[in-house]
Amino acid sequence: MTETLVSYSLVAVYSAMGIYTLAFVLFAVDLARRSATSPAGRPAATAEAHASASGTTSGTTSGTASGTTRVLERASDAAAFVSHKGPRYLRAALGLMVLAWLLHVAAVVLRGVAAGRVPWANMFEFALTATAIIVGVFLATQFWQDLRFLGVFISGFTLVALGVGTTNFYVDVVPLPPALQSVWLVIHVFVATLGTGFFALGAGLSIAQLLKARRDAGGLQRLGFLDTLPSAEKLENSAYRLTVIGFVFWTFTLIAGAIWAERAWGRYWGWDTKEVWTFIIWTLFAGYIHARATRGWRGSRSAWLAIIGFSAVVFNFTIVNLFFKGLHAYSGL
Amino acid sequence: MDLSRPSDHIDSADPQAIVQPTLGVVGYLRFFWRQLTSMRTALFLLLLLAIAAIPGSLVPQVSSDPNGVIQYRQNSPGVAAVLDALQVFTTYTSVWFSAIYLLLFVSLIGCVIPRAKHHFDALRARPPRTPARLSRLEGFTTRKSSADAAAIVESAQLLLRREGYRTELYSSAGLAPDGSVATPAAATQAAATQAAAPQAAAPDSVSAERGYARETGNLVFHAALIGVLVAVGIGGGFGYSGQRVIVEGEAFSNSLANYDSFNPGRFFAPSALEPYSIALDSFEPVYEQANLSALGQAVDYTAAVTTTTQGTAPQAAQIKVNEPLSIGQMQVYLLGNGYAPVVTVRDPSGTVVFSQPTACLPQDGNLTSICIIKVPDGLDEQIGMRGFLYPTAVTLATGALTSNFPDLLNPTLTLEVYTGDLGLDDGTASSAYVINTDSLTQIAGREADAATLALTIGDSIELPNGLGSVELSAIPRFVSLDVHHDPSQLWVLIFSALVVAGLLTSLFIPRRRVWVKVVSNEDGTNTVEYAGLARGEDPGLEAAVAAIADKHSQDEPIRLHS
Repeated sequence: MTETLVSYSLVAVYSAMGIYTLAFVLFAVDLARRSATSPAGRPAATAEAHASASGTTSGTTSGTASGTTRVLERASDAAAFVSHKGPRYLRAALGLMVLAWLLHVAAVVLRGVAAGRVPWANMFEFALTATAIIVGVFLATQFWQDLRFLGVFISGFTLVALGVGTTNFYVDVVPLPPALQSVWLVIHVFVATLGTGFFALGAGLSIAQLLKARRDAGGLQRLGFLDTLPSAEKLENSAYRLTVIGFVFWTFTLIAGAIWAERAWGRYWGWDTKEVWTFIIWTLFAGYIHARATRGWRGSRSAWLAIIGFSAVVFNFTIVNLFFKGLHAYSGL
Repeated sequence: MDLSRPSDHIDSADPQAIVQPTLGVVGYLRFFWRQLTSMRTALFLLLLLAIAAIPGSLVPQVSSDPNGVIQYRQNSPGVAAVLDALQVFTTYTSVWFSAIYLLLFVSLIGCVIPRAKHHFDALRARPPRTPARLSRLEGFTTRKSSADAAAIVESAQLLLRREGYRTELYSSAGLAPDGSVATPAAATQAAATQAAAPQAAAPDSVSAERGYARETGNLVFHAALIGVLVAVGIGGGFGYSGQRVIVEGEAFSNSLANYDSFNPGRFFAPSALEPYSIALDSFEPVYEQANLSALGQAVDYTAAVTTTTQGTAPQAAQIKVNEPLSIGQMQVYLLGNGYAPVVTVRDPSGTVVFSQPTACLPQDGNLTSICIIKVPDGLDEQIGMRGFLYPTAVTLATGALTSNFPDLLNPTLTLEVYTGDLGLDDGTASSAYVINTDSLTQIAGREADAATLALTIGDSIELPNGLGSVELSAIPRFVSLDVHHDPSQLWVLIFSALVVAGLLTSLFIPRRRVWVKVVSNEDGTNTVEYAGLARGEDPGLEAAVAAIADKHSQDEPIRLHS
């Protein structure tokens, strides 16, 4: 029975990965087409300033006046592009993403049923569930605002994580060791994963924000799709709102982990390697929030902190789990 | 916008270029204090703290991995000496790590105190005067109404109060709010209002503010962090933890001498140990037997104990992983377990000279364990024995033994026997789990004529040279218990909960000001203006102002027309 469910779960995972791949390709095609439809376009707000600048500095525009008109046309194209539900590619990509996610969730549930417990007790299961939650957060935020341009980032990240998870981290279903038999396994790990989902989106938006800022400053001439994204400031605000939600979850994770550690190991905090890195991540994001409120740090600098913070989360899950000695030795490998 | 933030906070006014006067001692102190409590310094210290925490995760720590430290010192003594000098083996209590977080907390306190004072004043202050021109502010919107100004203002105040705003009525007659000369338009309006209402100061606007909890939450968050730090410090100072290995059938009482290792806090006094005793009646592990990919994995540990505190009858209790036992102020945790074979040594005449359980250190999941047994007295020579216990012994193709299941299905104890001076008599402390065989002579084992002793329960084997005999009498289990007392643990939890509560309110409750102002038109109708001002992050401000305008215009008594 267990083995049947496990194999169904794996079939679902591999199917989801196949569909994620298609979604990834379509998301990428969408970005490429955005670049194609606005090859050197500039957002309307900066169009004028840039047109006069490009008239003097670059030879791409024949004259200032014509340059301005062309740019404005493109900018209005872009506006229409954004205001609409989006082109077919984008809608198809999101549809595939939803389909893949449903399969992915089915895989998580089957794994949980097969194991008779929550499906996040070893690295494979954690990778499986964490990516499902990351994609879930991504899909849910679409109701809040259009973040489909992050589809490439999220589907790509999920594919890599699932790929590594299924090939390098895979272990069979085994019972929980006594230390993991706690209600805190459900709470602590789930909330950590939820926080990771928000950090991932925040980091994706911060990357977009940095790219956008570079292009606004005259760089990244070939990445025309950036003009179809919201302004750097809007991206930053969205990134901030998602990241602070992640930060709240992370704070809770830290405290829930301490409560559990007190029950299981006899102390609430012992500077175990995993505890250290959870603390480092918390401090980095606390720094991020302060940076946003510090003159001279809002903007690109704080965006870097969000990206570094998320990298530390990934580092904590992979490198610390596999190569650092500590009490959180539950990789199952 | 000043909430008494540090001068480089994004909400503070941009500092002007000021020619600094010469600073005296006090001036310099004030200057350094400003620097320390600035946002930039706090940010720098936060990031520095994150970086400073990294080495402690790369190098084993005395607190969390003492054996790792010992190994590190043995493997690379040169590097270890440098790391010792830099206190890297005790990173989190090191001078440099402590300096960073203490500075951070000083900076935090320096930032929080003026803000708390400012907030305390703000909590009792009335919302500020309505600005002259609302059109410059966020979410500015207008509605038309035929109701009279007083009714509009009154219903707006009611509405805003219901929405949780603190309100104050103002009249725009006379001075502009900021004391500047009133604009001609405002003056005309004021004159018109005055003409319509004989009372000079009839209010024509509502000033409202809400979300004070945002700043309260922020202050609670930071204060609670200080609380956590202090509580952790107190707990570390007055608490203690002790470890004790205890074999089935044995008991131990709570006194310093009875612990195998003991870590007292700085202010610990031995009188703090509560008198009690714990007897281990039995220890029952459950190992997986059905799932082939997890064969032998532990799925449950239960230690049945009997506890006795002064003046009470013995009580039966159990300790499990994740389910510690509380005795008085103490918590007793089940941290480890293994086997403690009872080896009986007899002299040539058959008199028992040694018979006691010896805890063996488990080496793997199937509980292959290293046993060290020292018999200093009773025989012609001192003997030391070193060997392995295999709970379920199987022979590998190489002829070596191994254990393939952690339960006692086919136990075998192998022992190599040495004679010589065990070094127990010169008074220096030595670990019971280590034997130095350099100066000993092997009389049974791989390097001796006699073979390694191999015993199962009940077996007895004669020692070479007519020294006597060794018998494996029984194999009870042992558990290692951790006894903790942390007087401030609950406080740490309470402050942590406050941290979360403060964080939630400070991040998600918007602090905003909203103004509703009546401007009379020439045709006798009134235009009602609405606008808001964000104080801190407030993405929902415009929507909130619009919602208030809509609700207000639907209020029956005033029948606004848009």
